[in-house]
Amino acid sequence: MKTQNLSLGYGERTVVGDLSLELPTGRITMIVGPNACGKSTFLRGLARLLPPLAGAVLLDGRALAETPSREIARKLGILPQGPIAPDGITVGDLVGRGRHPHQGLFRRWNAEDDAAVTQALEATGTLELTGRAVDELSGGQRQRVWIAMALAQRTKVLLLDEPTTYLDVSHQVEVLDLLTDLNQRDGTTIVAVLHDLNLACRYADHLIVMKNGAVVVAGEPGSVVTASLVEEVFGMPCRIVPDPVSRTPMIVPIGRHHVFEENQ
Amino acid sequence: MTLLKAGPYSVRVNHRSLIVGVVLLVLLVAALLVTLSAGTNAFPMDRVVAAVFGSGTPAENLIIGELRLPRAVVAALVGIAFGVSGGIFQSITRNPLGSPDVVGFGIGASTGALVVLLILKGSLAATSIGAVVGGAVTAAIVFALSSRGGVAPLRLVLVGIGLGAALNSLNSLLIVRAQVYDAQSASAWLVGNLVGRDWDEARLVGGILVAGFVLCLVLHRPLSLSEFSDERSASFGLSTDRTRLLAVGTGVLLASGAVAVAGPIQFIALTAPQVTKRLTGAPGPNLVVSGLTGALLLVLADLAAREAFQPRQLPVGVLTGLVGGAYLAWLLGREWRKGRA
Repeated sequence: MKTQNLSLGYGERTVVGDLSLELPTGRITMIVGPNACGKSTFLRGLARLLPPLAGAVLLDGRALAETPSREIARKLGILPQGPIAPDGITVGDLVGRGRHPHQGLFRRWNAEDDAAVTQALEATGTLELTGRAVDELSGGQRQRVWIAMALAQRTKVLLLDEPTTYLDVSHQVEVLDLLTDLNQRDGTTIVAVLHDLNLACRYADHLIVMKNGAVVVAGEPGSVVTASLVEEVFGMPCRIVPDPVSRTPMIVPIGRHHVFEENQ
Repeated sequence: MTLLKAGPYSVRVNHRSLIVGVVLLVLLVAALLVTLSAGTNAFPMDRVVAAVFGSGTPAENLIIGELRLPRAVVAALVGIAFGVSGGIFQSITRNPLGSPDVVGFGIGASTGALVVLLILKGSLAATSIGAVVGGAVTAAIVFALSSRGGVAPLRLVLVGIGLGAALNSLNSLLIVRAQVYDAQSASAWLVGNLVGRDWDEARLVGGILVAGFVLCLVLHRPLSLSEFSDERSASFGLSTDRTRLLAVGTGVLLASGAVAVAGPIQFIALTAPQVTKRLTGAPGPNLVVSGLTGALLLVLADLAAREAFQPRQLPVGVLTGLVGGAYLAWLLGREWRKGRA
């Protein structure tokens, strides 16, 4: 999947300008950047939820704008931010609706759909929740169920807009581990917008750093993340140390207080 | 979940919805039989069945087969049309107040019918075309006024209520300016009435229901997905605006057809989907159950309107208006509290 001179915006206002970049197939790409840098807009553009003002998004070498929407839905799944579930829907029913792009007017529900739903529930550890109402679940469970719905869609590419927001740290790690499982087992291409820089560096194969609607740098986290980059993008001095657990870059912010002499 | 199959068509149904549907169907048949047997001239059940199949005495054949049966059938069909239409509208607006009787589509349909009835002096068929056109024009205006780069459900409800109020005054104007006799029958019609409905009317709603049923087969799944956020349904390759357009077209057709034969009977379209939701506990539009609930409600309401106030008959719309009005007040209060909670 890649973009060619992609510009996105709302009405007259351009939010993302002239982006040409490639999202590596079969890898995990994380997009980070300060608030309002256009990262969510970029993701919505990739998911054809926002038509480009100029340029194009290519999936398998074909522009999304020229591909039937249902065909795209079989190749590309998206988990938007803060999803709403219909009142009283059960987990099984919700995940089942992820099968829609594979069904036709007459080909409604068959063994393949059952298999896809069961597998999605198993992969996300939500099989025992099948009969429960989505409204009754905890935040972490609910997020896993939404991911299960996206999995049931069985797409090669999965886009996620801040999948860990509002989750406590253990659930954040759980969700990111789940995405990594998926990537390693099925080779699913994953593109996620993430708030937490350290988790993004840890889980990303490919990191895209954005500021003011443009890409500042893109590449493997270990080679692109430097203290000067973080200072330039987030306007915050910091030190980069190797993450003691994963050996990936870890950003330690430097504020005005609680700073040892040697760092000043 | 149960898988229902009919030839190449298969659909997943919630167990409880299936049971509720069957129970409602049984109750509906029972209610229809009671409607046919009860009254000033009461008949035992075996005579009712005989008369339905045309093998009763001439008196039974007349009273049951030619007077009560068509009226009961029209009540059931109109109830289905209102129930399904309400289910569709409440689903696309994601709001119980999105029903055609609340947002003015029903009123628009009656404006269309009144124009044909009072000004053009048209026949039944012409009146129903007038109702459908009136409903469609109203829907088009509501959509044009409430869409600004996509239709916002809540705005649609509010604009619809406003337009409905304006159309109500237009209806009054049409009646005030009509001849006394015409005005009287038109205002009786405006309350919503099933007295004296015969097979012509039954065939008319029946035909519209068949068309509506085919459209609902196409609509059912896109509708259940459009209850998610617009972005999510778009991510499934669904055009939300196209779904809404088709849904509104179907809903307006059904509601206007019902209004054409029975007048704008209030609150069936509002209540049926809500009762359905509580009975089945399932999400989604549940159009079949909603239609059955609407039919049962209207058949029972018409029975009460016919028999409870003897020797006078009330128009059924008065009864549904009284009961439904109280329900609407309760619903508004609840939605308001929910919004503030």
